[in-house]
Amino acid sequence: MAELLVWPALLAYGEAAVAYAGGLRGPGRYGRLGIWGVRIGWLAQTALLVAQLATTEGFPWGTWAGALNLFSWLVVTGYLLWGSNPRYRLLGLGVMPVAAVLLTLAWAGGGTGVDASVGAGWALDLHVGLMLAAFASFTVAAAVAGLYLFEERRLKRRDARLLRLRLPSLEALDRLAARVALVGLGLLSAGIVVGLTRLDAADVDLAMTITLGVWVLYAVTLLLRWETALQGRRLAWSLLAGLALVSVVLPLTHFAS
Amino acid sequence: MKLALAGVSHHTAPVELRERVAIDAEAAGALARDLASSDESYEVVVLSTCNRTEVYVASRGGDAAGAAEGALLTLAGDHADTLAPVAYRLADESAALHLFRVAAGLDSLIPGEGEILGQVRDAFEGGAAGPLLDRTFRMALHAGRRARLETAVGESPASVPAAAAALAQQVFDGLDGRCVVLVGAGRTSEVTARNLRSRGATVSAVVNRTVDRAERLAASFGARAVPLDDVAAALASADVVVSSTSAPGFVLTADVLAAALRARRGRPLLFVDLAVPRDVEPALAAIDGCFVYDVDDLEAVVAASLEGRRAEAVQAERIVAAEADRFRGWQASLAVVPAIASLRALAEQIRSSELARVEGKLPENERAVVDTVTAQIVNKLLHLPTVRMKEAAVSPDGLVYADVVRHLFGLAEDDGT
Repeated sequence: MAELLVWPALLAYGEAAVAYAGGLRGPGRYGRLGIWGVRIGWLAQTALLVAQLATTEGFPWGTWAGALNLFSWLVVTGYLLWGSNPRYRLLGLGVMPVAAVLLTLAWAGGGTGVDASVGAGWALDLHVGLMLAAFASFTVAAAVAGLYLFEERRLKRRDARLLRLRLPSLEALDRLAARVALVGLGLLSAGIVVGLTRLDAADVDLAMTITLGVWVLYAVTLLLRWETALQGRRLAWSLLAGLALVSVVLPLTHFAS
Repeated sequence: MKLALAGVSHHTAPVELRERVAIDAEAAGALARDLASSDESYEVVVLSTCNRTEVYVASRGGDAAGAAEGALLTLAGDHADTLAPVAYRLADESAALHLFRVAAGLDSLIPGEGEILGQVRDAFEGGAAGPLLDRTFRMALHAGRRARLETAVGESPASVPAAAAALAQQVFDGLDGRCVVLVGAGRTSEVTARNLRSRGATVSAVVNRTVDRAERLAASFGARAVPLDDVAAALASADVVVSSTSAPGFVLTADVLAAALRARRGRPLLFVDLAVPRDVEPALAAIDGCFVYDVDDLEAVVAASLEGRRAEAVQAERIVAAEADRFRGWQASLAVVPAIASLRALAEQIRSSELARVEGKLPENERAVVDTVTAQIVNKLLHLPTVRMKEAAVSPDGLVYADVVRHLFGLAEDDGT
């Protein structure tokens, strides 16, 4: 029965995406409908995850589909934490369709059931959870960076309708993208440390190497952000490059099982 | 209870006439109180802005329309004869709807302009409002707030300086403490700089070919005067550059500024070029972090904003109409209030007289119980008829209910029993 919770979550995420698209016409009820869709969908998916956790033994999100389920929830959580206000409605338009598609894939792959369990000990479960949370943060950071580039392009092109569809200022977007990426880096660092506790030298493979590459990329990017002037469009492109790398790492490290 | 409005606005009268009846908020309040004191049944609010002067009068039984018009024409003095034909006179629902539209900025020269809501509030607070005008103005202020909150009718800038400031706010996260550099000491850049300063920005330097002139303007902003040759250095700390020189060619070119701008390492810099011919070379926009807007760009932003305001005004009109409907319902319910009051007074009179008949025959505690129970019975019996009469009052033949109640219970027209 708990698996049925995927439907209200999907419906609400879909409604949010449609409402955000309608919100392009201007502020008002569309933006509010979108935000309520996100909240209701998130609550339904949270209930689903809790039910999965309560009714399965071990780690319910060890399969690729289960990991997608958790990952989509983490992405929506990140959006709810950092972006769910009317000024960021375009961010919702970018995030919510992705979340809906990921959840649909998770459902199609059986990742929303209550008996899919691939537990491998608490340390590995914690490692997987932290890595997924980190990648979700990087995804949200990249979405904010994309919004930055969109807004910057409109300003550069002197779009006369710029003020009719108001977005957050470039500075606010730049700061938010860096902040979310920093949270992601912290989670990734913790995930790597937890993973290293179970690592043998012979276990080092391509996925782990790329994961370390992702860590180095984000660490250097954020260091340059604070130490010098890697901000604005340069930071935005770096975060998008980071997401591209993440989208390679994610299937290799977590969805391949 | 009658509501009447007499007024003139930019729709009906040129400025030569409007200025004859324009008064400041203090005088408007004094006029409202004077008029209200002339007849104790009068409630008066006078709204006077640069675009309108309107006298709102509510009265039970008095000549509200005559009082409103009389006050307006008295204000006009010798020009009363000229003013009378262009003055509008509205009553009851029409007057309320007009006020709601005014508060929402829908009757303004620029749809959705924000200042009018505060002016309506000031007029209301400074006037002599009673039960009717109090409710009417509160509903108007509510309608005005809703229109601004639920639509974008008041969001976009309606002038070039405001557009420049709004664009700066799209680049920077707030303008508090932002450095503005003026290039050219002309009137246009000064107005724009003042707009930016009103939003928290600081004018740090005035750059001009003639330093004497720059110093005068710089002194008014507490800024420093800089000769044009040192403009690159002045831009090092700038966030917004407002330029309006009368030079025949580009004053701020990529050749001169490229090194200084690259040293900013992408830190945003907004150029607002108000000069014709232009001062800022468009090639500067290609440098990372630089945004260049000339006067045509700004006017296009303003035009798009006004177009947006007009589109949003349609939605705002719906909100105002809904609020006007609520007002109509409330006002209609007032018509049955005397009948309801009479009915309740009759019931209470009967209850009290029946209680008086058993006075002394019951112990005190039992008498208190009977008192409470009979009061509850009366209230419960009359609750539904009261609600139904108020609901029915909104319909065209709603007052028939009140007449029937008066007839059935033998109530007098106003307050008799």
